[in-house]
Amino acid sequence: MYPLPIARWKPAARTAYKLSLPIALLVWLLPLIAVALTAVRSPEELMQGNYWGWPRDFSLLANLRTVLFDSPMLHYFWNSCLITLPAVFGAIALSATAGFALATYPFRGNTALLATFVAGNFVPVQILMIPVREITLRLGLFNTVEALILFHIAFQTGFCTLFLRNFIKELPYELFEAARIEGATEWQLFLRIVLPLIGPALAALAILVFTFVWNDYFWALCLTQGDEAAPITVGVAGLKGQWTTAWNLVSAGSLLAALPSVLMFFAMQKHFVAGLTMGATKG
Amino acid sequence: MAAAIAPSRPLPRAAASPLARRRRRAALMFLLPACLMFGIYVIYPIASSIVLSFYQWDGVGDRSFIGLANYQELFHAPTFYVALKNNVLWLLLLMLAPPIGLAFALYLNQTVRGGRLVKSLFFAPFVLPGVVVGLVFSWFFDPAFGLLKTLLGIGIPVLGDERYATFGVIFAALWPQVPFCMILYLTSLTGINPEAIEAGRMEGAKGWSLLWHVVLPQLRPATFMSVTLTVIAALRSFDLIAVMSGGGPYDSSTVLAYFVYDQAIKYFRFGYSAAIAVVLFLIMGVFIAYQLRRLLRSES
Repeated sequence: MYPLPIARWKPAARTAYKLSLPIALLVWLLPLIAVALTAVRSPEELMQGNYWGWPRDFSLLANLRTVLFDSPMLHYFWNSCLITLPAVFGAIALSATAGFALATYPFRGNTALLATFVAGNFVPVQILMIPVREITLRLGLFNTVEALILFHIAFQTGFCTLFLRNFIKELPYELFEAARIEGATEWQLFLRIVLPLIGPALAALAILVFTFVWNDYFWALCLTQGDEAAPITVGVAGLKGQWTTAWNLVSAGSLLAALPSVLMFFAMQKHFVAGLTMGATKG
Repeated sequence: MAAAIAPSRPLPRAAASPLARRRRRAALMFLLPACLMFGIYVIYPIASSIVLSFYQWDGVGDRSFIGLANYQELFHAPTFYVALKNNVLWLLLLMLAPPIGLAFALYLNQTVRGGRLVKSLFFAPFVLPGVVVGLVFSWFFDPAFGLLKTLLGIGIPVLGDERYATFGVIFAALWPQVPFCMILYLTSLTGINPEAIEAGRMEGAKGWSLLWHVVLPQLRPATFMSVTLTVIAALRSFDLIAVMSGGGPYDSSTVLAYFVYDQAIKYFRFGYSAAIAVVLFLIMGVFIAYQLRRLLRSES
């Protein structure tokens, strides 16, 4: 193991290490803690310049209430849900089938197709901006959640296909042959044999795609206008006014916007990290 | 991301048996939805943007072909060079993320009580939406009451100053990028060969030399991933700039990605915007080609 495990350190050094951990963590998360502290302050307190002292009155609930009910933040939050969940489901469905095909059938152009999916995912998204806007307008979907769902499904499919194709490739091929000899059609093979086996990979991908789509800001700016279909990222950014900003409200809104991604990460940590680092440990 | 994969063989022509036909049809059916979506929303737009970059278009009226005029204008626009310079700054400074991430990983790669929670909390900035990171750091840099002012004693309007705005935004971008590299290294460190480390220790290698000669070579895949994905993150930087500085003041903190957006959405210069996007695409193409070559090499 590297570095030397602390069990083999001198006792003093070991204690120092353990003491340093919470301090390092505190410094690292200080910007976030500061924002969280601001979210519990009342506007009057901020006006008086009490940014760092102990909050005199805890106004988190009042601030959250203002953000939730006196601004369209709840509506934005709901939009985000309406966009993210179908997008995750769609991207996973498309890439599972495509990944299965690329892993199982050695047709001509297989590798080229895979390379296209990978390359497409690395392009700067700005080159897609104007045509995607055009397509969306022409489909009559501009300023709807469907516009964002469709785009996110298509774009995330590239990365997911590579991921699932590699995962399916690792499964024992004899299993597929056995199922075929038993008389399974290709569709049954996919549905009954492959899909149950790639469960963990699907979970890992779903969480990753969830955070990617939930956190998206650029496409929301390009494909929506006004409040109607805008997700929470747009809503929160809008709270930062050009001249004055009610920082307690911005903080409360930020917490709301960050919550689903953070909860998702903490709830399914192992899957999340496994998905993210899949390439780092291999190849 | 690139696992070792068997080379794909073309089906022999003679093998057009019913079975082979059935499988070919199945392959087509399985691939069709994904290819269709990806073709419409990714492949076609790339081609379409390249074509559009030779036109003048306000997004509403007719397009008129103007050849290379967009590119000529771009190469004479001072903002283009500001954006390019800022892109280089982003690339160079965001490259601090892999080594800092490695340092964090080495620091945290211990088994202590609550260690997993500590690692997760360190990682948390990566899962925050870019917009929230931008807001957090706008607050951090606020000259009237931000954390920076509290730390330094005097308020510097970092984001309002042409000289510092880009550095301020990049500083914010490092905050989520470092833990991303950290997690890649942490995973790699647990998969490291302990015998090689012990052998190195027996030989008397310690500290730096052990890290440099024994550990780092084993972390090569993690380093490769960290660097590649950091390059991509640097060239894609948009959210933070949009939220923190809006490219300003006076376009001083813009980058190509933001410049593209600005020209299309604010000034309705779609052809010109497409030309900037194509330039960005070509720059990024170098890295895409590099990544692809690696993928295809591991195929054979």
